[in-house]
Amino acid sequence: MKLTLVTGLTGLILLATIVELLRRRQLREKYGMLWLGVLVIVIPLSLFPRLLDNVAELLGVASGVSLVLFLGIVFLLLVCVHLSWEVSHLEEETRTLAEDFALLRAQIDADRAARDELVSHDG
Amino acid sequence: MVNGKRVLIIIPALNESGSIAEVVHEVRGELPGVDVLVVDDGSTDRTAAVAAAAGARVAKLPYNLGVGGAMRCGYRYARDHDYDVAIQIDADGQHDPRYVPKLVDQLDETDLVIGARFAGEGDYNVRGPRRWAMVMLSGVLSRVAHTKLTDTTSGFRAANRRVIDMFATWYPVEYLGDTVETLVHTARRGYKIRQVPVAMRKRMAGTPSHSPAKAMIYLGRAFAVLTLALIRR
Repeated sequence: MKLTLVTGLTGLILLATIVELLRRRQLREKYGMLWLGVLVIVIPLSLFPRLLDNVAELLGVASGVSLVLFLGIVFLLLVCVHLSWEVSHLEEETRTLAEDFALLRAQIDADRAARDELVSHDG
Repeated sequence: MVNGKRVLIIIPALNESGSIAEVVHEVRGELPGVDVLVVDDGSTDRTAAVAAAAGARVAKLPYNLGVGGAMRCGYRYARDHDYDVAIQIDADGQHDPRYVPKLVDQLDETDLVIGARFAGEGDYNVRGPRRWAMVMLSGVLSRVAHTKLTDTTSGFRAANRRVIDMFATWYPVEYLGDTVETLVHTARRGYKIRQVPVAMRKRMAGTPSHSPAKAMIYLGRAFAVLTLALIRR
């Protein structure tokens, strides 16, 4: 009973955190929805840990809790890989921006030098 | 102009205020008709200002991207300003600009020309893991490129218009990507690569590392980069 209280409360606190972050526009919707979806699955499981026992037996896993642990780790691994992918993509984008910025600055310098030369010729 | 071609010299520089002025002056002295672009890769010293004062055009990146990032920026400049030839030279003064016309000459039949040490000119020798890495790289890359390549990590190379266009849109930013991976990519797309022997000089500033541990790490990374380059499309 005590354990159910601990896991259930943890689930609810996580839910409240995600909702609050979304409400304050601190999370992009795609990530918010992802975590909300996860919590929709996790909270019932935290209240009734034996829910997956039947599925576990079907797959040859000794207990439903082990199955949840296994699936949880696989899921987190996938999320990490996805985030690495996103960061690589972002780095490519910022790299292109940095190059654009350097090329524009070079162009402005060249234009200014050309104008200064024109002015000094006229004067 | 070199042999009737518009030539841009690209010099990627990171904190090279000690040698960059001399390198720019030497290039402009030896090759009066060419334009020099120094790509300042987020230096924290006065590299950009010193290079500009020496008469180079300067593209200053807002933060450090690595040699690959600086080089793509340079190739984009070459493409946007319609140059026939883009030549990469190191900012530490180890490449002699007097070899530039020799490289440009080769571009009539070749798309990418590499200025290579160990190819009969100048004296330069390495031992241990660094040597094994060089042997491995030159062995594999020579087969991929169907030509003898002895100095695959040389930063002294000349590209014609076709290769400039490719490098302006695609140039890896990772470690060794600027040398090893570009060679694999270029060869696989059917461009012709050839090397030209050049003598390298002592660096004007900075020292190369000689630690055996670093050499081993270098070998490992070279192997990883090469394998990745070969299995990539």
